[in-house]
Amino acid sequence: MSADGIDINRRRFLTTTASVAGGAGAVATSLPFIATMTPSAKTRAIGAPVEVEIGDLQPGQLRIAQWQGKPVWILRRSDSSLGTIAEQDDVVADPESEREQQPDYAKNEYRSIKPEYLIVLGLCTHLGCSPTYVSRDQASNHNLGSEWKGGFFCPCHGSRFDLAGRVYSGVPAPTNLVVPPHMYLSDTRVLIGDDSGVAS
Amino acid sequence: MIKYILALRDWIDARFPLMEEWNKHVGQYYAPKNFNFWYYFGVLSMLVLVIQIVTGIWLTMNYKPAADLAFSSVEYIMRDVEWGWWIRYMHSTGASAFFIVVYLHMYRAMLYGSYKKPRELVWLIGMLIYFTLMGEAFFGYLLPWGQMSYWGAQVIISLFGALPIIGDDLSLWIRGDFVVSDVTLNRFFALHVIALPLVLCGLVVAHILALHEVGSNNPDGIEIKEHKDENGIPLDGIPFHPYYTVKDTVGVVIFMILFVSVVFFWPEMNGYFLEHANFVPADPLKTPEHIAPVWYFTPFYAILRAVPDQLGGVIAMGLATVLFCFLPWLDRSKVKSIRYRGTKYKLALTAFTISFVALGWLGMQPATPFFTMLARGFSVIYFLFFLLMPFYTSTDNDKPVPDRVRV
Repeated sequence: MSADGIDINRRRFLTTTASVAGGAGAVATSLPFIATMTPSAKTRAIGAPVEVEIGDLQPGQLRIAQWQGKPVWILRRSDSSLGTIAEQDDVVADPESEREQQPDYAKNEYRSIKPEYLIVLGLCTHLGCSPTYVSRDQASNHNLGSEWKGGFFCPCHGSRFDLAGRVYSGVPAPTNLVVPPHMYLSDTRVLIGDDSGVAS
Repeated sequence: MIKYILALRDWIDARFPLMEEWNKHVGQYYAPKNFNFWYYFGVLSMLVLVIQIVTGIWLTMNYKPAADLAFSSVEYIMRDVEWGWWIRYMHSTGASAFFIVVYLHMYRAMLYGSYKKPRELVWLIGMLIYFTLMGEAFFGYLLPWGQMSYWGAQVIISLFGALPIIGDDLSLWIRGDFVVSDVTLNRFFALHVIALPLVLCGLVVAHILALHEVGSNNPDGIEIKEHKDENGIPLDGIPFHPYYTVKDTVGVVIFMILFVSVVFFWPEMNGYFLEHANFVPADPLKTPEHIAPVWYFTPFYAILRAVPDQLGGVIAMGLATVLFCFLPWLDRSKVKSIRYRGTKYKLALTAFTISFVALGWLGMQPATPFFTMLARGFSVIYFLFFLLMPFYTSTDNDKPVPDRVRV
């Protein structure tokens, strides 16, 4: 008790508890504001799988589909270009696809279910630009040198990927291109975004 | 007539500190008498802020923040709205002008040691203004929904995705979607037209209050408050009004001549103020062949590209902007102004200036191996300027500083 009849301890206790309770209330109030900026129910629902017709793809031809708003590449690789993939094992960062950038059924030499068709998300794993498909013949247009066997070149920061979507060493992108979940409905139709029922 | 005006003033003064505040910040704010050309850029920053707020309000009258409408609403403003092109070019030129005057304003502080004691807080609040301005520019750049808007936002948001553990969730939270989309555009609009302008105005007030508390620095870096007359007025000070209001008016007129010349004759500035690829509507499936941020971000972008590691590049880029905040403590020299500083600081500042400009140029070029090597070299110089500063400033051959300012 102080001389003026004010209980300092009691006043301090009340101030502290009021501050703690008020602070907790302020933190709790911020939660709805944070939550309202996360993807809404409508946004989450748009990620439905898409069916793509691939029967008319020629060897060396790239088709771009859209799933979840993202570009999905379907590249038909010729036998000769498939042969070059093993040659790149020494210069790519993750030749065995050890990092989780693909479903288990695409964790193989060609990173695909069928060797002929490469199906990957067309977004660079560095900062999300969409790389450009550069065949072996077009290498000089992008200063990629005579060693270029064909693959993908990101115009934003110069990352390079081979024909299996594997990232080369010494470029900004840290990981291989992502293989989305997908399955073949028939020989010429593929479903992107869903692999339920496929043994993984 | 004048009698009634004075009576009104007194009536207000009895209820609101009108004359008191006027005198404190304008009428009897004593600024050093030796301000030079470099001291225009503070008031010009405020002028550009006003231009941006006014033209921005008018743009929102016709702009539509939706992915399927945004691009065409900007074209509508440019082609069909009466004088819409003028409002829009004022705003887009204002964005670049803002960074020009702010960079020169910051460089002035580095020339004359304006960040040093007792002005550390003036500098730190200024840095907060700069960071807010970067955010404001970034959010605003998405709004036209062109190719550069879209892919620029995609890259910058992905920077946050590179952070360990929280990265993916954080970038998802910023976008509000799995890719940059209508949702992202809508919230960037809210942040650009309401949230950040409010923060910016509040920070500008704090910046000026802090400055007027400690008083302005000057090209000689001498504290004028150390020599006062019998009335407590600095001997080397002159009242802000009318001396500097008149001087600033001349600067404003010259600046506006240059500014409207750009607005009328070179609004795109050959792709530097309005990038060519941004005249193509956003296409989420295709990145433009050559993508670069607008010129005012390119020095930091060049540093990002120079580091051959994803997280390392993001950290280096963040550090390149944040390091400015530590200048008041990195700089160990007692001397403020470049006029009396030694050879080492002059050489270091020259090397830094060249690096900053070179990185700015490199950030606009394609990332060829040769340019990447150059960017690495300049990035090293850029960081050494800050990291070695305690050493070269404490051992520098500074000159003696006079007591009073020279004019």
